[in-house]
Amino acid sequence: MNGLSDGFREAFRLVVTLDPALVEIAGLSLFVSLSAVAAASLIGLPLGALISVRSFPGRGVIVVLLNAFMGLPPVVVGLVVYLMLSRSGPFGVLGLLFTPTAMIIAQTILILPIIASLTRQSISDLWDHYRELLQSLDATPAQITATLLWDARRSLLTAVLAGFGRAIAEVGAVMIVGGNIEHATRVLTTAIALETSKGNLALALGLGLVLLILALVVNAATHALASRTMGRR
Amino acid sequence: MRILPLSLTKVLVEREGDRLVGPLEMTVGAGGISVVMGPNGSGKSTLLKVCHGLVTPTSGTVAWAGDQAANARRHQAIVFQKPAVLRRSVRENVAYPLKLRGVPRAERLEKADQLIARARLNALADRDATVLSGGEQQKLAIVRAWITEPEVLFLDEPTASLDPGATRDIEALIGSIDAAGTKIVMTSHDLGQIKRLATDVLFLLDGLIKERGTVEQIFDSPQSETLAAFLRGDIVG
Ligand SMILES: Nc1ncnc2c1ncn2[C@@H]1O[C@H](COP(=O)(O)OP(=O)(O)OP(=O)(O)O)[C@@H](O)[C@H]1O
Ligand SMILES: [Mg+2]
Repeated sequence: MNGLSDGFREAFRLVVTLDPALVEIAGLSLFVSLSAVAAASLIGLPLGALISVRSFPGRGVIVVLLNAFMGLPPVVVGLVVYLMLSRSGPFGVLGLLFTPTAMIIAQTILILPIIASLTRQSISDLWDHYRELLQSLDATPAQITATLLWDARRSLLTAVLAGFGRAIAEVGAVMIVGGNIEHATRVLTTAIALETSKGNLALALGLGLVLLILALVVNAATHALASRTMGRR
Repeated sequence: MRILPLSLTKVLVEREGDRLVGPLEMTVGAGGISVVMGPNGSGKSTLLKVCHGLVTPTSGTVAWAGDQAANARRHQAIVFQKPAVLRRSVRENVAYPLKLRGVPRAERLEKADQLIARARLNALADRDATVLSGGEQQKLAIVRAWITEPEVLFLDEPTASLDPGATRDIEALIGSIDAAGTKIVMTSHDLGQIKRLATDVLFLLDGLIKERGTVEQIFDSPQSETLAAFLRGDIVG
């Protein structure tokens, strides 16, 4: 029994032959998770900045909730989204259940607290440092937010990548709302779960290694792109 | 004059029941360098922030005059005792106040470069400002405050904890800002520096203006024993 080396061999074969099924599954994984990251960043970055800079009633509660929800169990998120999108649910008429859109929604909810919380943390630190200066310069709230988001961009990138890491690696939410349907909603993690349950351990491990490589490539590419466009820091 | 003179009337600042500054009266007219002098904790920084409008007095009024009094903050700038530098290049830092005012990028960077040269920071213009030394950051903060051509510039301990070389550079910079017609209100407890720069001096102790006058009056004929003791370097307060 040499499961690991079989897995490596399988991963190698899948990658070098550009196995069409693999390309489809990996492509959907990337598409779903990157879309979720984009959506969660669009909401989470300004939200995190807002709760750092503005004080309003209920802010403390939001901070605690966001921190607590950083560890949301994916299956629970999947279940809730499932109930929302199922025929009898409030958004049933949209017919989104078992589509990539449903998977994007579930992952967005899953990683929004991570991105918003980490954003709040780094923006708060920076705001403490900048507050007097920006007040003395009469910066508007929009200018303050833009300045803080831009100057915290390094740590925000880490926040976004943490969200991506969680999205691409989770299986529970996409399994429940996507249904792991071949050629429709099958992604790397659900395929791994399926192959494992069928006993195709080498294939499952191979897919796992592909998933790992994918996460590495996305991180490396983001960092390379960032250091080209964001300056040295 | 757009916003001067500045008048503080019956200004009192309290925090959690403690009296920090005042009650005091103060007028700041155009021209020259006014120095607020006093020991640690006497309320110098608080007084500057009150003038600049960042600290609202518990009672009393802070009134700017002139045709632009309504948006007086636009015609002032302040350099804090521990100035914050933005996580950006030196050039972007200096240009930043103009960016907030919507000045086009090319124009504001050109102006920033001129001021960076006056502060002798040319070699560092593209450097990340957060890695600069304390003295370099202080120079940066001063020219960043100057870039909007304020009528009044508040400088809180601009040379505290700097070496003689950096102090000389900054005093030269303060001299050129003064020569360019900007009113400077600064705090200091460096007696040599006060003699070199000040035209008039306010002696602050325990939040109160104990004495005020021209630099000659203050140093040559102090009226109170407390001021005389402070000038001798004795511990007062
Ligand atoms: N926000 C605040 N809340 C409570 N107390 C304050 C606050 N700001 C300043 N103080 C207190 O007010 C007093 C005056 O402080 P301030 O910073 O104005 O003194 P300073 O003359 O500038 O001193 P230094 O020479 O050390 O800079 C101090 O006792 C300080 O602890
Ligand atoms: Mg002070």
